[in-house]
Amino acid sequence: MIRFTRAVRSVHHMTAVLLLVCLATAAVLYVPALSETVGRRHLFRMIHIVAGFGLPVPALLGWASRAFRDDLRRLNRFSPADWGWLRGRDRRATVGGRGIHPVGKFNAGQKLNAAFVAGAILVMLGTGTILTFPHPWPDMYRTGATFVHDWLTLAIFVVFLGHLWYALRDSGAPSGMFLGHVTREWAARHHPAWLDEMEGSARSRTVSTRNFGAPGEPADPSGNTEEGKDDLSPRRS
Amino acid sequence: MTSEGSPVGRRVVLGMVGLGAVGVVVGARVQSGVNRAVGPVGSRVSGLIPAAGGFRFYSVVDSVKRVEPADYRLTVGGLVDRPRTFRFADLQALPQTRMTDDFHCVTGWTVSDVAWAGVALPDLLNVVGVRPGAKGVRFTSFDGAYTETLTLEQARRRDVIVATSMLGGPVSHEHGGPVRMYVAPMYGYKSTKWLGGIDLVDRVKPGYWEVRGYDVDAWIGRSNGYTS
Repeated sequence: MIRFTRAVRSVHHMTAVLLLVCLATAAVLYVPALSETVGRRHLFRMIHIVAGFGLPVPALLGWASRAFRDDLRRLNRFSPADWGWLRGRDRRATVGGRGIHPVGKFNAGQKLNAAFVAGAILVMLGTGTILTFPHPWPDMYRTGATFVHDWLTLAIFVVFLGHLWYALRDSGAPSGMFLGHVTREWAARHHPAWLDEMEGSARSRTVSTRNFGAPGEPADPSGNTEEGKDDLSPRRS
Repeated sequence: MTSEGSPVGRRVVLGMVGLGAVGVVVGARVQSGVNRAVGPVGSRVSGLIPAAGGFRFYSVVDSVKRVEPADYRLTVGGLVDRPRTFRFADLQALPQTRMTDDFHCVTGWTVSDVAWAGVALPDLLNVVGVRPGAKGVRFTSFDGAYTETLTLEQARRRDVIVATSMLGGPVSHEHGGPVRMYVAPMYGYKSTKWLGGIDLVDRVKPGYWEVRGYDVDAWIGRSNGYTS
């Protein structure tokens, strides 16, 4: 089943490449041992600045894609079930190959990661602008911008490693991001509410052309939100 | 859909932007606290993570050859009466000047209380004799790319030092040793590392970073947009 459209994947890959360029050039500019051995400060500074100012561009271009906007909306919203997932110690637990938490297209960790990346890009862009064009800024703000840019770099690096860890430990997830599709079994295990939603909408389309409300027809659990379930429960009973 | 849950993502993004802005405003004070806590100059932490304070190592070329004090030569020429090449020991034989002051980089980092020792530039200029018509002093680095210039008036300040020692020891290769400039009243880019040559010239030519946008007169707190 389709997980990410080509446009969404392109935004991810372009952002990833720009972020990697930023991290690699940052290491050269910032880690003493690398600064000494690699040198060429002006060149690496220019690459870092161009890649840095380019970081928000893929997401802005992605806005033209309905699928990207839809994914952004899903990433933004936290359902009560998301808080339960975050608190739970049984996040990866399954029953009969199906995750026990009603996780939608994105779990709460993915939502937080996306929000962190978006916030980090904005903060790095702001502080990076002060560092690139320091003339209008008073002394104190330049030191402050250096402070924020430095420490947030370390945080981004840690979160980036965490993102890689979670993505690569799971053989199904990279397929979703690099090929665009995942297996039904993977979706049931990691994103059961999303699976229901996709199959539900597919079924309701076919059902509406034939007959609907046939006896024994399983309820149509669409959405991963509590509200969604509440809406359905009267029909179910 | 009427309700889709709370917009936590947006709150996280806005919260980070807010924290970032607060960090820019208070960061200078926090960083100086961090420097005091973990960053006595040269400590192991600040050597690993520059954010923990201390010097940051900037080089504009891919690699700089290491020069031992025994092999070191400083060529002083241009508009002087007695052009001369100084060995490391020659510099040490001249009157020595010591001073301790903060090191300020134009990009915003600062190292407090750095001890420097060497030959005050006016003392060196007296040895070679400045010819009439000299208006500036040009520094070249043996890294092959870096240049800097001071006006003759600036070069005659007692706090402009041809440094053969810093932090109580020799100037390490990373810090631009065995001999580097230290121009106390100006930002770090005026303090040429891996000093190879000093020439008296008839006009001040912008140096390496100055053709790339920095001010030629780099007074700390009074240049490059700083006003404080």
